[in-house]
Amino acid sequence: MKFDTPATTNPIDQMKVVGQPLDRIDGPLKTTGTAPYAYERHDVAAAPAYGYVIGSAVPKGRITGMDVSAAQHAPGVLAVVTAENAGPLDKGKYNTAKLLGGPEIEHYHQAVALVVAESFEQARAAAALVKIDYAAEPGRFDLHAARVAAFPPEENDITGPPETHVGDFAGAFAQAPVTLDETYTTPDHSHAMMEPHATLAAWEGDRLTVWTSNQMIAWANGDLAKTLRMPKEKVRVVSPFIGGGFGGKLFLRADVVLAALGARAAGRPVKVALQRPLIANNTTHRPATIQRIRIGATREGVITAIGHESWSGDLEGGGPETAVNQTRLLYAGANRMTAMRLAVLDLPEGNAMRAPGEAPGMMALEIAMDEMAEKLGIDPIEFRIRNDTQVDPEKPERPFSARAFAECLRLGAERFGWDARNSRPGQRREGKWLIGIGMAAAFRNNLLMKSGARVRLDGEGRVTVETDMTDIGTGSYTIIGQTAAEMMGVPIEKVTVRLGDSTYPVSAGSGGQFGANNATAGVYATCVKLREEVTQRLGFNSEDAVFADGHVRAGNRAVLLGAAAAEGDIVAEDAIEYGDLDERYQQSTFGGHFVEAAVDAYTGETRIRRMLAVCAAGRILNPKSARSQVIGAMTMGAGAALMEELAVDTRRGFFVNHDLAGYEVPVHADIPHQEVIFLDETDPLSSPMKAKGVGELGICGVGAAVANAVYNATGVRVRDYPITLDKYLDRLPDAA
Amino acid sequence: MHSHSEPGLSRRDLLVAGAATVAGSAATGPAHAQDAVNTSSMDTVPRAPVHAPVRFTVNGREHALELDTRTSLLDALREHLHLTGTKKGCDHGQCGACTVMVDGVRINSCLTLAVMHEGADVTTIEGLGTPDRLHAMQAAFVKHDGYQCGYCTPGQICSAVAVLDEIKAGIPSHVTADIMATPEFSVDEVRERMSGNICRCGAYSNIIEAITEVAGRAA
Ligand code: FES
Ligand code: FES
Repeated sequence: MKFDTPATTNPIDQMKVVGQPLDRIDGPLKTTGTAPYAYERHDVAAAPAYGYVIGSAVPKGRITGMDVSAAQHAPGVLAVVTAENAGPLDKGKYNTAKLLGGPEIEHYHQAVALVVAESFEQARAAAALVKIDYAAEPGRFDLHAARVAAFPPEENDITGPPETHVGDFAGAFAQAPVTLDETYTTPDHSHAMMEPHATLAAWEGDRLTVWTSNQMIAWANGDLAKTLRMPKEKVRVVSPFIGGGFGGKLFLRADVVLAALGARAAGRPVKVALQRPLIANNTTHRPATIQRIRIGATREGVITAIGHESWSGDLEGGGPETAVNQTRLLYAGANRMTAMRLAVLDLPEGNAMRAPGEAPGMMALEIAMDEMAEKLGIDPIEFRIRNDTQVDPEKPERPFSARAFAECLRLGAERFGWDARNSRPGQRREGKWLIGIGMAAAFRNNLLMKSGARVRLDGEGRVTVETDMTDIGTGSYTIIGQTAAEMMGVPIEKVTVRLGDSTYPVSAGSGGQFGANNATAGVYATCVKLREEVTQRLGFNSEDAVFADGHVRAGNRAVLLGAAAAEGDIVAEDAIEYGDLDERYQQSTFGGHFVEAAVDAYTGETRIRRMLAVCAAGRILNPKSARSQVIGAMTMGAGAALMEELAVDTRRGFFVNHDLAGYEVPVHADIPHQEVIFLDETDPLSSPMKAKGVGELGICGVGAAVANAVYNATGVRVRDYPITLDKYLDRLPDAA
Repeated sequence: MHSHSEPGLSRRDLLVAGAATVAGSAATGPAHAQDAVNTSSMDTVPRAPVHAPVRFTVNGREHALELDTRTSLLDALREHLHLTGTKKGCDHGQCGACTVMVDGVRINSCLTLAVMHEGADVTTIEGLGTPDRLHAMQAAFVKHDGYQCGYCTPGQICSAVAVLDEIKAGIPSHVTADIMATPEFSVDEVRERMSGNICRCGAYSNIIEAITEVAGRAA
C-alpha cells in the first residue's frame, strides 16, 4: 500500500482496541521468566559450546604475536578463533570498525579472539591463557584536542547537510540587542542495556541460524552474510525477545560473528554473550559533543539570530553526532546557521543511542534557551512560545504536519504548578534543601520507513501476524496485536503476533522512534489486503463490509470471520510505503518537560523530586506502553543530566568505567514518581495509523529541564554534563 | 610491548589462587600492563576442572548435581537446570538481574558458587508463578507495566517479594529514620531497598506502583 495522500476515516478510528491501555500481551511471559532471550535457547540447540571473547588491550596498533597453544590444550577447549584462522571476512555495511580485529587494532577491547569450550568456566579459564603481544601506536583520544582538526562530515541520509545557512546570521547576531554565546559539552554515553549482546549460532551444512538480540533483523541478516561472505538467503536471524537495545543493538556486533565462526570451528552450536566489562569499549556508544550556541533577540524576546555548532569525534570513516538537528526546526528566527564538525578519534566506534542528535542537542539548546529567557527577563515558557513556528524555519514552504508545541508547554505549566516558581534562582529553601523548578522543550522528528507484514486468517477466526519487527521493550507485540484486532474485528485474544525472524517480511525495525507508527501501518496495509480476500471469498461487496465482533457484516448478512477460511487459511502479505508527505510536510513530535529538583545546600547532592512530560505525538496506540516509553526515556535523560559519563583515559585511549559499577545509571532511589500527559491528537499525514513515534521524545530535553531546575535551585549554571556536585559545590549559596 | 598477563603474578599463581575469582580479568583487564611479568604460556599445564557434588532444592524440587566448582549459582540454574528466568546482566554483582532467594534471603546468584549451597532452598522467578497462575507481584507488574524489555524483570520481582518480607521482618535500611524502631512501608523504603536492581528501560516509577499495590493488598 502506498501512503501518499493524507489518511481519511479508516477502521483504526474506531479505537475499540487501538488506543486502549491494554496490558502487554507478552507480560505474563516476561514477568515469569519464560520469555526466551538469545542465550537461553536450550529449546533450539542442545548442549551448545560456550564462547568467551578476548578484547584488545591496546586502542590502536598491531598484534605482533599471539600464542594460543596453552589455551588450545586447556581442558574442554574446542577451538580458538582469531583473525588469523577465521578465513577471509568482510566488514558489515553498518560497521565502522571490524568486529574481529587483528593484526590491526582499531580500538580498545576490539574482539581479537574467541575461546570455545565445553563449559563457560573452561572457556573463561582458557581465555586467560592466551598470550598476546601488541605494538601499540599513538592515537587521538581527546575530543577537545582533536577539535582543531575537525572537518565537515560527508552528507548522507543519516547525517544530513553538514551546514545550513538562512539569511545573515553573523550580521543579525552582531546587531541584536540581547545575545547569548555559550559553549556546552556532553560526554560519551553507554547504552548499558541490561541484556548483554548475545548470540547462539548453529550451522546446518552451509546454512547458518543465529538466535540473537538485535533491533534490526534485516540489517543484521545482510551484514552477517556480508561479513561471512555468504548469500544472505543462507543466513537466518531470529530475535523474538531483546533485553534492551537503545540503539546499541541496531547493528551486527561481535557476538554474532564470533558465535558463527566459533560454531563453524567447533563443529557444533556455540553461544556467546559479550562479557559486561567488554561492552562499553567493544560495542558502540553515543559520542561526546562540544556545542557552541549563539542566540540574538529583540528586547521583546523575538529571536533574530540563532546559531548552533557541534563538534564530535569518531573512528576514521564514522559519522558525527548530529546535535544541531533540532535547532534547524524548533524555533523561529530569520537569520540562522548550523554546522557540524567531525574529528577523527581512535576511541571505540561512536554511533546511535536513543535519539541520536536531538538527545545531546536538546541538552545544550534548552539550557541556552533558559539562559536567554533569563537575560531577557521573560518567563522561559513564554519565550519559547513567542518563537514558536508552524513552518520549517529553514524552508518556510514546508508546514509542520501537526505542531501542538505551545499547548504542551501551557498544559504542562498548569499541571506542574509552574506559577509557584520563583524566577530568581536560589530563593526557595526547605530545611537543608534548595528547591528549584525547571522546564525544557521536547522535540524529536518522526521518520517514515517502509514496513511489511504477513497476516494469516484460519478457520477458527484466529489471526496471526508475522513481521520481522522487533520488540525491544517498546510494546511492539501489543500494538501490532491491537492493530490486527481492530482491523479484523476480533478481540486481541484472537490475535497471535510473531516477531523478529528474518523469514518474516521485512519491517521498519526498532530505532529512531520509527518502529511503532511504521510497523503498525505495515500491519494495517496487510490487513486491508486480507479484508479484501475475506470479502471476496464470502461474496461480499468489500466497500460496505464491516468487520466487528468476530463477524463480517454487509447489508443484513453476517458471517463468522473464520468462515472465510473454512476451505483453508487465507494469507495476505503487503507493506506500507510512503510518498512524499514527509518532504512536503515536516513531521515531528513535540512536548514539554518539567522537573523539580532539590539540592542539598551543604553537600550539593541533587535529588529529582518531581517529573512531568506533556507530549504531542499523534495517535497514541497504547497509552500504557507509550507512557512507559516516555518514563523510561525520562529516566535515561535524568541519568544523562546527573551521572552518566564514559570517562575517557586520554592517554591510554579507552573508556575507564566500563561496567555497571563504574558507569552509573539511575537506580530506583534516583527516580521519583513520573507523570506523562499525551495530548489527544491524530496526524493524518504520518500514516493510516495517524500515529507518530514517542519512545525518544521522552529523552529529548529532559536533561536540560533537570539542569534548569538545578540552576533555579542554586543559581549556579553548569554547562558541562553530567551536572555532578564537583562542578558547583564551591559556588553554592551560603548555606547558613 | 604490551603483554596479556597480570602484573606480579605468574600463571601458576593465578590458577592456584582459584580460577573462578581471577579468570577473565586478564582477558578484559586494563591496558597498563607494560611492566607485566612475561610468562611463557607453555610453562603451565592447566589442571583439569575440579568437580564436586551438590544437592539443593529449587522451587520445591530437589536436584543433585555434579558441578565444576567454579560454576556460579546463576550458571547452575541457567545452564544446568535450564531455569533461564534468572538473568545474567553483568556476572559481577552490579545489576541485580540474577536475584534469587536462598533460604528466604535474596542474593545475587552470580556472586556465589553453586557448590556453596549444599542443602539450600532456592526460589527463582519460576517458583513464584507461571503465565497461567501469576504470583500477586507478577500480576501487579503486568497491570502497572513495571517492565519494558523484561530482562531485569525477574530480578526486580524476586527482590520486590523479598523487600516486603524484609520490611515486615523489621530489618532497617539506609533510609530508615530510627533503626531501633520497626520500619514502616514507604515508597522511599522500597526505592532504597530496590536500588540494587537496575532497570535500564527505566520502569522504576511503575515498579514502585506495582510493589505498593501488593504491599497494600498484603497488609
Ligand atoms: S548478573 Fe548478578 S548482579 Fe548482575
Ligand atoms: S525492563 Fe528492561 S531493564 Fe528493566
